[in-house]
Amino acid sequence: MTSSEVINLTAVKRDLAFGDRLIPAAQHLSTCIQCGTCTASCPSAAAMDITPRMMWRMVQLGMVDEVLHSKTMWLCSICYQCQARCPRGIPLTEIIAKLKQLAIQQQIKEWRESTTFYLTFAGVMRRYGRMRELEFMARYFLSTNPMEAIGYTTMGLTLFRRGKVHLEMPKLGGKGRLDDLFNRVAELEKQQ
Amino acid sequence: MKYLFYPGCSMESSALEYKDSMYASLQALGAEVEELEDWTCCGASVAPVMSDLLGMVLPARNLALAERSDGGRPVIVGCSACFLSFQRTIEAAADRVRLEKMNQALEVEGLTYHGKAQVRHLLDVLANDFKRSEIEAKVKRPLTGLKVAPYYGCQTVRPYASFDDGQAPHSMVGILEALGATVYHHLHEATCCGTALLTTKPEIGMGIVGTILEDTTAADCIATVCPMCHMNLDSYQDKVSRVMGKKFHIPVVFLPQLIGLAFGVSEEQLLFKRHMVPVGPALARLPA
Repeated sequence: MTSSEVINLTAVKRDLAFGDRLIPAAQHLSTCIQCGTCTASCPSAAAMDITPRMMWRMVQLGMVDEVLHSKTMWLCSICYQCQARCPRGIPLTEIIAKLKQLAIQQQIKEWRESTTFYLTFAGVMRRYGRMRELEFMARYFLSTNPMEAIGYTTMGLTLFRRGKVHLEMPKLGGKGRLDDLFNRVAELEKQQ
Repeated sequence: MKYLFYPGCSMESSALEYKDSMYASLQALGAEVEELEDWTCCGASVAPVMSDLLGMVLPARNLALAERSDGGRPVIVGCSACFLSFQRTIEAAADRVRLEKMNQALEVEGLTYHGKAQVRHLLDVLANDFKRSEIEAKVKRPLTGLKVAPYYGCQTVRPYASFDDGQAPHSMVGILEALGATVYHHLHEATCCGTALLTTKPEIGMGIVGTILEDTTAADCIATVCPMCHMNLDSYQDKVSRVMGKKFHIPVVFLPQLIGLAFGVSEEQLLFKRHMVPVGPALARLPA
């Protein structure tokens, strides 16, 4: 999609309650004036298929599929520059987290390297209560693209020699340090 | 001054030199720092993507521990991602309904969060709790002639710019000048380091890092206050050089390492040898 393309709204499937599903973060999204400050402030905008400004308009219009299947949210590095500069004061970066929640819940496959990053991180955190960087990276590369890891071999070895990487035995079974808390949170989220 | 300290996962492993140099600097300045016991991961930017409540509860667990340990002391946080997680949670706790929900979850850990714990970024503490004259008085080995490019990153000052400006931060300037260093200003002091994009979308992440490195090549080193910024700017320089077709070789240090150095702490104790781009040549040019 290019910025000059006209969207035929009768031809796309729309969910007019899309914005409501992002609430409370998105309650001010309807006040977006399409000024484009978000796009101009985004360090990754040039690599996105839909620019941030366009994405917010599509959310307003209820274009769920286009938004959730685009890679825009996964290129957000959470730097808060768009949110800090938005003249309407819309918490844009916070809404991106909600979009990622929906994309993960709906198991959208396209951007697996990103969704796997989040799920792997959450898994390690739950198991040990703290991040184990080496195990996280190993699990991440094994479940996405093991060949990619080879490109990191030289860097990894240097990090290891410098004492930056800690070797710890992975814990494969048994109860995770934060299992109880994660389970309780899941129960409470269901009650809502 | 007395503080609690929440290290967070990175300062315990890949950014151990940040933690050690923080202790060395704060002890020299007469501060008492005690590590929070039994802390767990703040959830970073990952927990809020798993669920709204998880994004609040993981930081709240640590804030509850801090309140139980000693109400009065502020909690120092050195990692900007942890700092952001805590600020988000503190803001949410002002809403009694959300606070109640967090506490329903924290029951399983036998903890209660009251929304009272105070969290401060290490940069805030260094810049605002000590007078410039106090820092100057401790300097034994001035960093004369060392051109330092400050790099604040994003989550240190955004969206919670409680102690500095979110667009044009300046907290490091007074400290660096007090150490005798020359501040090398550039246009990317508060831009993003690329965070997880270096892993998930390396081609885009390396472009972001390259832009920052390109802007700071005339400096002797870059000073950071976040483990993620440090990892991205220091570790990827060889790869970024290949991608951009231009050689980058600029040492990246943690601000407290420079403070410790100027205070006369040995280079070994400050763990400069852990960095990917060697810091030695830049330090060798300093007056003995």
